[in-house]
Amino acid sequence: MYIIVVGGGRVGYYLTRALLDEGHEVLMVEKSATVCEIINEELGSVCHRGDGCEVATMAEIGTERADMLVAVTGDDEDNLVSCQVAKHKFNVPRTIARIGNPQNEVLFKKLGIDVTISSTNLILENIEAEVPTHPLTHLLNLEDKGLELVEVRIPPDSPTVGKAVDELSLPPDSVLSLIIHKERKPVVPTSSTVIEAEDQIIALTTPESEKELRAALRGAEKEPPAAA
Amino acid sequence: MKIIIMGCGRVGAHLAKMLDADGHSVTILDVDPYSFRRLSPDFKGTALVGNGIDEAALKRAGIEEADAFVSVTQGDNRNVMAAQIARHIFNVPKVLCRLYDPLRQEMYSTLGLDAFTPTTVIAEILKEKLES
Repeated sequence: MYIIVVGGGRVGYYLTRALLDEGHEVLMVEKSATVCEIINEELGSVCHRGDGCEVATMAEIGTERADMLVAVTGDDEDNLVSCQVAKHKFNVPRTIARIGNPQNEVLFKKLGIDVTISSTNLILENIEAEVPTHPLTHLLNLEDKGLELVEVRIPPDSPTVGKAVDELSLPPDSVLSLIIHKERKPVVPTSSTVIEAEDQIIALTTPESEKELRAALRGAEKEPPAAA
Repeated sequence: MKIIIMGCGRVGAHLAKMLDADGHSVTILDVDPYSFRRLSPDFKGTALVGNGIDEAALKRAGIEEADAFVSVTQGDNRNVMAAQIARHIFNVPKVLCRLYDPLRQEMYSTLGLDAFTPTTVIAEILKEKLES
């Protein structure tokens, strides 16, 4: 595959090296002459000096025959424009953008960027998974369906302990998929399955209903006092 | 009209002054509070520190009720990204965006964005002056 990497920072450097090792044809685009020189000395002539958002530069390096463009500069706006130029001017089939602000995921998707990778979100997900008391952990996003798979742990003092599933007021778009009772086999819940303390519940929900689902399973959490 | 201007440089500050004088409700956004020195002392609008490519900052600037959005920072990519947020996330009725790079301007115009470039305009004025 011919892959273009935009941005010669640390992410770009290691990505290029890994892709080269896998046998791909890789070309990196980097604005800084010094950075370019160092990379070319180390990895062979793989770095082209130029602006990855400029149509002229991208034409020079044969972007029209690229199978993929990965924009990994430190600035979301540069990554966005670079991917849009690749898509709309050169019909690159697959564009991937690194994003710093997780909120930009929605915008980038809307604007046709195929994949976004947010380091902020990746780290957040890991923290959530590491902290056992965290009320709700994201396991998987099914983006095209607008659904997500989450894990909710039931604290021992939860008002839902001892209640059956059909006694809970679950949001309509949420489904409990699996209940893992403490030290026992996981069960697929029915309406009569009883919630126990320290259950792990795997549920399918939407980002909008996340809060409601959490409240339904763990009891309403105290809202912080509203700012005056 | 409620108008949000992103970038308080010479163009942004001047535009804010003119619109303000015409009675529009203007909010100007810039990442650098020092840039607000360019606003005229009788400016009645709002000057807000914030990044126009951040949805939270745009909401604080009142983009949900805005009738128009103009991006005139020094960075083409910033301008075009902010304009696309205004257009596609917040559905602002009128969105304008300045791009120094004529090739980028051409591309985003075909994508339906109201982008304009001072570069070719100024070059033409200069050429005309030189040849007259």
